[in-house]
Amino acid sequence: MTQMPEVEQLLDRMEQGLRDILEQRGISDPAVIGIRTGGVWLAERLSQRLGLSTPLGELDISFYRDDFSRIGLNPRVKPSSLPFDTEGRDIVLIDDVLMSGRTIRAAMNEIFDYGRPGSIILATLVDLGARELPIQPDIAGQVLSLPSSQRVKLRGPEPLRIELRETGE
Amino acid sequence: MTAQGPVTKSLQLTEEGQLRHFLTLDGLDRALLTDILDTADSFIEVGERSIKKVPLLRGRTVVNLFFESSTRTRSTFELAAKRLSADVLNLDINTSATSKGESLSDTLLNLEAMASDMFIVRHSQSGAPHFIAESVTPGVAIINAGDGRHAHPTQAMLDMLTIRQHKGRFEGLKVAIVGDVLHSRVARSQIRALQELGVSEVRVIAPATLLPSDVESLGCKVEYDMTRGMKDLDVVIMLRLQKERMEGALLPSEREFYRLYGLNREKLALADPECIVMHPGPINRGVEIESAVADGPQSVILDQVTNGIAIRMAVMSMAMGGQMADRNRQLAERKSQ
Repeated sequence: MTQMPEVEQLLDRMEQGLRDILEQRGISDPAVIGIRTGGVWLAERLSQRLGLSTPLGELDISFYRDDFSRIGLNPRVKPSSLPFDTEGRDIVLIDDVLMSGRTIRAAMNEIFDYGRPGSIILATLVDLGARELPIQPDIAGQVLSLPSSQRVKLRGPEPLRIELRETGE
Repeated sequence: MTAQGPVTKSLQLTEEGQLRHFLTLDGLDRALLTDILDTADSFIEVGERSIKKVPLLRGRTVVNLFFESSTRTRSTFELAAKRLSADVLNLDINTSATSKGESLSDTLLNLEAMASDMFIVRHSQSGAPHFIAESVTPGVAIINAGDGRHAHPTQAMLDMLTIRQHKGRFEGLKVAIVGDVLHSRVARSQIRALQELGVSEVRVIAPATLLPSDVESLGCKVEYDMTRGMKDLDVVIMLRLQKERMEGALLPSEREFYRLYGLNREKLALADPECIVMHPGPINRGVEIESAVADGPQSVILDQVTNGIAIRMAVMSMAMGGQMADRNRQLAERKSQ
């Protein structure tokens, strides 16, 4: 059985990765957006570690999902909240597990409905590969390669831990 | 004509319990009503963005099928559909084909041939949306926008959303509905929703001539004297008095009605100081309600209008989603056979 990595260690890597890329690009005051639910937990921690002052954005992408026409509306949709002007803003978008890339596509579509951002940096805790769209993270805490019968899920908010799940496929 | 109970339930809900039509609140449980309110809450946020649109119903065609005119209901449905990115067709049937003798079934067949995905139906006859839901092609969602004296479920749900926004809960609330309960589809749906969501008391305040004979069986407390009825209220919902009722000899005069059942500042002062005042509109100032109350600090009448758009977005997207999930399940079943 695959050993699951510790979230704190991955957060260290994400923090360092973000510091590097923000410095490289000369961005001093990015706005951080977490994708519900796991991405928001991570965004809170990273925003604190980086000492950022802009309040966090939270996205619920249910209204933008491309599988609405297959499974209908997620009944547990919550309001999105972007408490800053996205127009021209440099954004750090954070999700817990990156796989097909469909969530990120939906999230970017939603962000653009608030205004045209200056740039978006994508950071994810775990990258499982298995991409279906041409979307790549700028920063990944860890790249994991799992058999298709296994998936991971971030549990939280306190403490944060990565849980291995069998999909039954 | 109206089917109730289990028949309605199986018509309105998919096997998985998702909404696929929205015809009446009968048969919908507290969990589903709460889902509708929660989803609407999320749509309120969409209405506050610079681009007030989400792509859920992109490429779908929504037909506003109004056999009875209603500017506000129709325009909030239209706006709701447009904010879901649907294409909207407004048909005012009074002035259309039916006046040339076309039957309801033929009108529907023609609209289906135009590949419509959803009909928003307003009809003067109770049960018309049911009839349409039973006969329409699978995959097309029907939303009741008010039928006869039967139901007006989106209006009731936007009222529930407004109450929850201002009170934060339903438990323990005392709510009164005042005025022409007899002819009001809004009142029927409201009573059902309030009871399912668990308020502690629903009162109806009206003269005996404007109450349905079975009012006691609806589980409401009946009060003929408004001064007594206002006591301890958390929410007062005024109903519109239709002018034509005056002519039907059910009421002595407008002035007499206003004196006994109109909401003015003196009567409102008898309720809880935090009592909110609601009205489905359009309001008749000086007939059901004093201007100073309608425009006063306790009035939430304009919030109701804003919430109407969010509620309609919620039920439209939920019903369309249910229809699509249904179709996918059937496709999958066919494949596996």
